[in-house]
Amino acid sequence: MYADWPLLSLVIWTPIVGGVLVLLVGDRKPAAARKIALLFSIITFLLTLPLYSQFNIDTHLMQFVERHDWIPAFKIEYFIGIDGISMPLILLTSFTTVVVIISAWEIIQYRVAQYMAAFLIMEGFMIGTFSSLNAILFYIFFESMLIPMFLVIGIWGGENRIYATVKFFLYTFIGSVLMLVALIYMYHKSGSFSILDFHLLPLSLTEQILIFLAFLVAFAVKVPMWPVHTWLPDAHVEAPTGGSVILAAIMLKMGGYGFIRFSLPITPDASAELDWLIIFMSLTAVVYIGFVALVQRDMKKLIAYSSIAHMGFVTLGFFIVFRIMAGDGGSQGSVLALEGGMVQMISHGFISGAMFLCVGVLYDRMHSRQIADYGGVVNTMPVFAAFMVFFAMANAGLPGTSGFVGEFMVILASFKASFWIAFLAATTLILGAAYTLWMIKRVIFGEVANDNVKALTDINKREFLFLSILAIAVLVLGLWPDPLVRVMHPTIENLLNHITISKI
Amino acid sequence: MAEFTQPNLLPVLPEIVMLAMICLVLIVDLFLSQEKRWISLLLSVLTLVLTAVAVIAVAPVDSVSTFGGSFILDQLAVTLKIAVCVVVILVFIYSRDYLVDHEIYKGEYYVLGLCATLGMMIMISAHSLLLIYLGLELLSLSLYAMIAFNRNSKSASESAMKYFVLGAMASGILLYGISIFYGITGTLNINQLAEVVSLRIEQYPVPMAFALTFIVVGLAFKLGAVPFHMWLPDVYQGAPTSVTLLIGTAPKIAGFAMAIRLLVDGLGDLQVDWSQMLMALSVLSLAIGNVIAIAQTNFKRMLAYSTISHVGFILLGILSGTANGYASAMFYTITYAITSSVAFGVLLLLNRKGSEAENIADLTGLNDSHPWHAAMLAIAMFSMAGVPPTVGFYAKLSVLQSVVQIELVWLAVFAVLFSVIGLFYYLRVIKVMYFDKPIPDQIITIKQALDVKILLSANGLTLLGLGIFPSALMGYCILAFS
Repeated sequence: MYADWPLLSLVIWTPIVGGVLVLLVGDRKPAAARKIALLFSIITFLLTLPLYSQFNIDTHLMQFVERHDWIPAFKIEYFIGIDGISMPLILLTSFTTVVVIISAWEIIQYRVAQYMAAFLIMEGFMIGTFSSLNAILFYIFFESMLIPMFLVIGIWGGENRIYATVKFFLYTFIGSVLMLVALIYMYHKSGSFSILDFHLLPLSLTEQILIFLAFLVAFAVKVPMWPVHTWLPDAHVEAPTGGSVILAAIMLKMGGYGFIRFSLPITPDASAELDWLIIFMSLTAVVYIGFVALVQRDMKKLIAYSSIAHMGFVTLGFFIVFRIMAGDGGSQGSVLALEGGMVQMISHGFISGAMFLCVGVLYDRMHSRQIADYGGVVNTMPVFAAFMVFFAMANAGLPGTSGFVGEFMVILASFKASFWIAFLAATTLILGAAYTLWMIKRVIFGEVANDNVKALTDINKREFLFLSILAIAVLVLGLWPDPLVRVMHPTIENLLNHITISKI
Repeated sequence: MAEFTQPNLLPVLPEIVMLAMICLVLIVDLFLSQEKRWISLLLSVLTLVLTAVAVIAVAPVDSVSTFGGSFILDQLAVTLKIAVCVVVILVFIYSRDYLVDHEIYKGEYYVLGLCATLGMMIMISAHSLLLIYLGLELLSLSLYAMIAFNRNSKSASESAMKYFVLGAMASGILLYGISIFYGITGTLNINQLAEVVSLRIEQYPVPMAFALTFIVVGLAFKLGAVPFHMWLPDVYQGAPTSVTLLIGTAPKIAGFAMAIRLLVDGLGDLQVDWSQMLMALSVLSLAIGNVIAIAQTNFKRMLAYSTISHVGFILLGILSGTANGYASAMFYTITYAITSSVAFGVLLLLNRKGSEAENIADLTGLNDSHPWHAAMLAIAMFSMAGVPPTVGFYAKLSVLQSVVQIELVWLAVFAVLFSVIGLFYYLRVIKVMYFDKPIPDQIITIKQALDVKILLSANGLTLLGLGIFPSALMGYCILAFS
């Protein structure tokens, strides 16, 4: 019954229309604004479900394709479609938006309609980014998304929000404008803006390296990779809880998605040539940023640094494949690496989102993010403590949770490339456990630290609701990742075949 | 030769209509009391509407010239003239409340404004060196008078003097270049000029390059490209905001037409030379415009420097020397005029009796008091910065692809990097409106008529609409150069 529907377009535009409606309802009727926002986010989530259930796992070709002329002068088309890489990310986006809207329910009191609308519109832009198959369409969604996030951090953020949000906007913008020039260059070469045509475009090594570097700047800022990560801790610390969740769960994934959709297939030779650079940056993120996370005093900052470290696995998984193929690892190991990176992206989406929500729950009660202000929270908030400890375990990569699966796959694959790379990557199992559990020890366990902690009340039904659905997601993905791996398998294999063929 | 033949007057119909209506407005206004001044406004808007209708009515399929080839009406002229009329209508309506508040609500504003528009229309259609100059002077002289319109304002008089002296000098430089070309070629007609230039380019390369330099300098001055931009910030700041709105929008369109008529139509064979010159101007404008704008606290002055950087982008499109590039530059110019009418339009509404709200700080907390206006200004700022999905992104994209097409990738990279610097000061305006809390005793109140609100909303949403569906306008721009 869905066959004839422009399902993907509906998924993109429903939240945007919803956002505009919420804006029209206005700030004077916050209750109505909340209800409409929740309704639209749930409708969008339901609409994304058929993308999974109707998804054909036997092909690597694009599905749910819609293609219409849009700006014929420059062959810019409204060309969308999804494959095994983008589909899980779209589901993650629609799922997370529902959680964010529930989590903001009574917390946000200032300009409710604008807040809700920003997240709905952002959802549409993010899904649009993941499903665009035309480079300019992609770029438009990719950049448009910055506007609502800029406003979210700037309007509802903390003390130093203006510095953080301007830094966030400028960093990501400077990265992407260079990508724009690269896209225009490829249009000039190929006569089309279709990403699929770019995949087949022959390019000399020099061209590939320059294009690769342009993409690297754009996506490395987004991921963010060391050394262009400094905007992320600032943005996370100042953003309201919902902003942090979307930032960590979805926006960082844009970078990883960009690498796998653009860098690898468009510039395979340059990727092979420069993979040492990415591997170096990724390992630095895992090890060095892991140590940086250890010494943070601010909970949000700590989780932000841990995000950077975890995203290091994603980029490591994507670019280690060339080493594996050069060694005797064969295609088995390479598939494992790429799929590990993908699983890590999805799993990090759930876990980091949950961690930020946990901090948000505490912040709403105490108005402090400093670890030193807490202690013994388990005594006054036992249910909440159980959730937070669970998510912390997942963040540390405990087997049985989703955090373990992706990291394990990447480390396993890395062994086929080089022992030392795998060794350095595996330090995360120690570092991750150290910084996460040490924070938990200081915040959750121990004696009740002060009167403020003593006065805490445990989570209410609404908070229980969104934390428990996230916990279920983390657990299911950890115990049974197969439904996720299965849908991306044909796409990943095809990608691997594609990048082994030189374009020179 | 001596025989007089009646020229074909049909292509000039819009100009004739406009001139007749200007006389009518001038006379009618004499008999109006201050309460009935709105009749002058109504008549002026009617003039512009009639002119636009006349342009559409006489629009030729291809192109038609008259007055011995010195006046041309082609697709380029049709599109640009309609754009000019539309923008000036916006200018007139937005400025009414400002004029009332500052007690300069007089018929002369409209008469001079219409004369300036007539000058622009002539510039757009001129196909003779002399006629181009004539149009330019009609435009400039009207603007000089309009800037000094508020007799009690010292800063306005100062900037009018400054504009007049420098403008006269630039006209002189342009005229000097024109006269050398006349000396070399013996013709003023652009078509014949192009022919003779291609024949004699081998013979007189140095005098031609010499003359070209003067013409480019004259053009750069009128457009406000670095290093001939000094007048622009002072004039923008000193002029009454209602006049700044006019200067900052429609004349850019006419300036673009003048550049196309002179450089492309007339001196196309010297493209290698003028491309180099425009490249230097463009690089400087992008760099200096964007960097200096950061330091501005006055909103009008900031917009002036931002204009300079946008001129850099327009020149990028022209210097590519391809039809694609000209079309991109044309798209950029038209959309820039529409975008800055929104920015100045909102600024005009903030002006109150006795006080000129023109600092960026005056916008503090606009989102709290007037979310709709804040949203419109935010769209305009994002559009100027080139952030999708606003039209500014598409304008920049089309110019950039024309630059990449001629293999000047470094120039494209340069342009985008400086537009990131530009982004910073546009973001600051948004920051002030959205993130800063309003100062309690300084609540902004906007009183405004319904027509202004409707027009401003339509104007602002056009920026989004054109950003999402730029095809139609882009189609007209491409058609103009096919």
